[in-house]
Amino acid sequence: MTTVSMTVNGKPVSADIEDRTLLVYFLRENLRLTGTHIGCDTSQCGACVVHVDGRAVKSCSMFAAQAEGANVTTIEGLAKDGKLHPVQEAFRENHGLQCGFCTPGMIMTAVAAIERHGTMDRETIRHELEGNICRCTGYHNIVSSIEDAAKKMSAA
Amino acid sequence: MIPYPFEYKRAKSLGEAQALLAQNPDAKLLAGGQTLIPTMKMRLANPSALIDISKLSELSFIRASGDTLTIGAATTHGAVAASADVRRLIPALAHMAAHIGDPAVRAVGTMGGSLANNDPAADYPAAVLALNASIKTTKREIAADAFFTGMFSTALEDGEIVTEIRFTKPERAGYQKFANPASRYPMAGVFVAKTKDGVRVAVTGAGPGVFRVEPMEAALARNFTPDAVAKIAISPDNLNSDIHASAEYRAHLVAVMAKRAVEHAVANDGH
Repeated sequence: MTTVSMTVNGKPVSADIEDRTLLVYFLRENLRLTGTHIGCDTSQCGACVVHVDGRAVKSCSMFAAQAEGANVTTIEGLAKDGKLHPVQEAFRENHGLQCGFCTPGMIMTAVAAIERHGTMDRETIRHELEGNICRCTGYHNIVSSIEDAAKKMSAA
Repeated sequence: MIPYPFEYKRAKSLGEAQALLAQNPDAKLLAGGQTLIPTMKMRLANPSALIDISKLSELSFIRASGDTLTIGAATTHGAVAASADVRRLIPALAHMAAHIGDPAVRAVGTMGGSLANNDPAADYPAAVLALNASIKTTKREIAADAFFTGMFSTALEDGEIVTEIRFTKPERAGYQKFANPASRYPMAGVFVAKTKDGVRVAVTGAGPGVFRVEPMEAALARNFTPDAVAKIAISPDNLNSDIHASAEYRAHLVAVMAKRAVEHAVANDGH
């Protein structure tokens, strides 16, 4: 057992966990933050993407102990004061989801990509989405959502 | 999926990591963990402990000095891809790093981890071998030609830790791969480098480990153009055959990727 402490969505958290606890299970089961999904569980689908110290990572492929002392943001941490994050809003406006299972990971990946690139052409957006799989939309509206959000965020 | 139990230890220095490795012979080093953790989740690896070296600042750096580029072993693919020094000195290496796995993998996966693991379909071994880089460890310096010894095996000894990789700016270099559409691992990837000492061509993804293609090197030394390699046939005899591609198909891909790698090197100087 080990004690891990980190900041999740701005709040300090701490728990005694087994060393082998993956970050995604720590978030979902210890903290009950179930917005972060487990899709493939083999680091391919990206449904589990969260931000650790500002970098988008797959939380199914990282142990919670590796995030000791880190600043973690999950999908639950994006909206502020009841107002959706611009990327969340753009997914809503552009019909960027159908069943919604991949959406938390898509949005966390998109937020990090926009932070790195600012506005992006559609080819760059598709390259940035290589680690996120969606089985409903065919990606078209996801790309449109991110393109729209990046434009609005750069203009703001 | 839940791995077997193990003990997690975060090393505070390279010295402490070495001491922990010596005390725990069944331990493994953890850097980005993008291969190790999935392998542990599949219960194909069962280390007694993980010694986390990913936070060691002494292993995470990119230094340029003249024509020499030195990259710390714990430097992430994302950092290599974004580095102005790498893009200036060896743009083909930055291009390669920008196409390893996916963005989340690149945010944590490291160069040293990739080299020490020596996955037969990893990208970096092709760059290191073609660029004739040198791998510095806690014990010695190993030339690329001596480092990669076969599938998932290297010249590294027990307790030896890769600390940095030293590259020299080539005159021209290019890398092209045919990525598996699902995993993004190359089914064949070819890195071509032209230096004052000659031309080196290294292939990953197609065989049991990274390898050089001497007939292509000789042809490119005479005439550094895509056409010089396009017609050089590769024997499928020792190449991989699996559900994704036959050995014959991979042999064909090697020639096509070699041609594109030379185009990449010539056209945009590897950008």
